[in-house]
Amino acid sequence: MTLTLPPPTKAAPAPAARPDEDLQALARHHGLTVSGARPPLPAYVRELWARRDFIASFATARLTAQYSQARLGQLWQLMTPLLNAAVYYLIFGVLMDVQRGVPDYVPFLLTGVFVWTFTANTLTAGTRAISGNLGLVRALHFPRASLPLSLALLQLQQLFLSLAALVVILLCFGEFPAWSWLLAVPAIALQALFSTGVSLVLARLAARTPDVSQLMPFVLRTWMYASGVMWSIGSLAERGRFPHAVVLALQCNPVAVYIDLVRFALVESYTAANLPPHVWALAIGWAALAFAGGFVWFWKAEETYGRG
Amino acid sequence: MADPDETTTAAPNAPATEAAGPTTAPTDPAPPTAPLPAPTVVADRVHIAYTVPDGLGGNRRVHAVKGVCFVARRGEAIGLIGSNGSGKSTLLKAIAGLQPVESGTIHTQGRPALLGVDAALMGDLSGERNVILGGLAMGMTWSEITARYDDIVAFSGLEEGLDEDLDDHPAAGPATPPADPAARRRGGLSPHPSAAPGSPLSRPLRTYSSGMSARLRFAISATARSHDVLLIDEALATGDARFRRRSRRRIDELRAAAGTVFLVAHAHAAIRETCDRALWLEAGTLRMDGPADEVVAAYEEFTRTGATPPSR
Repeated sequence: MTLTLPPPTKAAPAPAARPDEDLQALARHHGLTVSGARPPLPAYVRELWARRDFIASFATARLTAQYSQARLGQLWQLMTPLLNAAVYYLIFGVLMDVQRGVPDYVPFLLTGVFVWTFTANTLTAGTRAISGNLGLVRALHFPRASLPLSLALLQLQQLFLSLAALVVILLCFGEFPAWSWLLAVPAIALQALFSTGVSLVLARLAARTPDVSQLMPFVLRTWMYASGVMWSIGSLAERGRFPHAVVLALQCNPVAVYIDLVRFALVESYTAANLPPHVWALAIGWAALAFAGGFVWFWKAEETYGRG
Repeated sequence: MADPDETTTAAPNAPATEAAGPTTAPTDPAPPTAPLPAPTVVADRVHIAYTVPDGLGGNRRVHAVKGVCFVARRGEAIGLIGSNGSGKSTLLKAIAGLQPVESGTIHTQGRPALLGVDAALMGDLSGERNVILGGLAMGMTWSEITARYDDIVAFSGLEEGLDEDLDDHPAAGPATPPADPAARRRGGLSPHPSAAPGSPLSRPLRTYSSGMSARLRFAISATARSHDVLLIDEALATGDARFRRRSRRRIDELRAAAGTVFLVAHAHAAIRETCDRALWLEAGTLRMDGPADEVVAAYEEFTRTGATPPSR
């Protein structure tokens, strides 16, 4: 094939070693920008917003691809949380009989498991958001926060499915829809902000130090047992084996706060007496701190992701 | 016009160790007679180094690009040649803003697009969904990708085979968008694409042959959006001969639309046919910068005999 354009630039090669100020001036004169520079925070947020379609569809595509090889396909999205709930019920409800002192133990347990699973999976996904998508990060230009945000959105979608299953189970156990159920919406929204913020932090940490993802299962397991997912922190206080400060600290840990709020919203026998003081302020505070802090901290290393 | 001249070679004040390699002044030291097209990429004494973990907790420093200077202008197709590991792909990534420079700067017009959409695609999803996903990953919005979906599919030729008329006239001008005939035949563009049941586009991407998926990938990235600067790494090596011709025509269109195309390819024929200018990188330094034919010839001479290009 022959060239269809006259080569426009054969005309003017340079004598070697021109002063470089000329190159800089040339670039400035034509409005060129430095390649790969980190945009300021407001511009970064705008870029992210422009990528919202990608963020949404990357999550959906991941979810579809995840189950596409399984015989039961997308049904697993619903079966996974239900099987989890069954396992926890068998161990903690039947074998260990933790339900002494906790009325409505099954709704209590399932709410805890589903809400915890959301945070745990979001954080696990966060550690792999950059390190598990290096090919994408190295090949295409986009605001890197798209990846942890997209994966968090994916977990939120999973949570909605779990909650749909939970509602059915609640109805079976004789909990009836009440206006208080609506309180679950702000509680879960705040929890989503909190989890996304922490996953942004983990994404940056794991991008630099991949070993973080090896450590995560242990951190998450400790956190789960400390957050009263399968047992009631309140009943720990009643037994009096620990000083009040320890119990209060356990109750104020963000995961326990969000789990308690969702239980308070959905389970009738779980009353305000089980909640720590100023619980909504705590929920908002944790969410704002984690999300704003995590987002800015992630953005500060934007140009370093995916580099050797 | 106060523009400096088009090319310079290795940096005058690069660190002494890096400046050791032989460098050559470009050809034709004639002063510009007409205003040059506007620059799209200005590389000023670019050094690129990265660290590679050696697996024992230590790191090894690789100095991949050493003091490269050049100016690329609108309408140019520039080939990058050189031995394996000479820094071609690294330089391409740096132009795309995906690899930080150690020192020096790369200025670009707009945001150069590296043709690297493969990474965004998922083998378990259908070709159809991958077109959408790839387009979104390239920075399009939902409405943009649905509007261009048919163009992309038609360009890939996966739905109905490549157009015979294109094959018969490989040297036809770049003016006709290759997508048009196919899009017309489909009769009306559906706003929400849905591949016919028998079409390869409804099958998972992992079932495609490597040639088919290469076609789809090139179609997504090259048709997706008009870029000021398009960077292509070895893309033309895949696909069958007919698709390669079509890809070349697409590159010509991009250049005609006043863009700049960079191409890394090991096949020197592809560089000769597609590019009017070539940069030869060897061990990270810019050995030669000039018309593609001359640079490729000098490089081939070098690989055969080890001779450095003649100084002028």
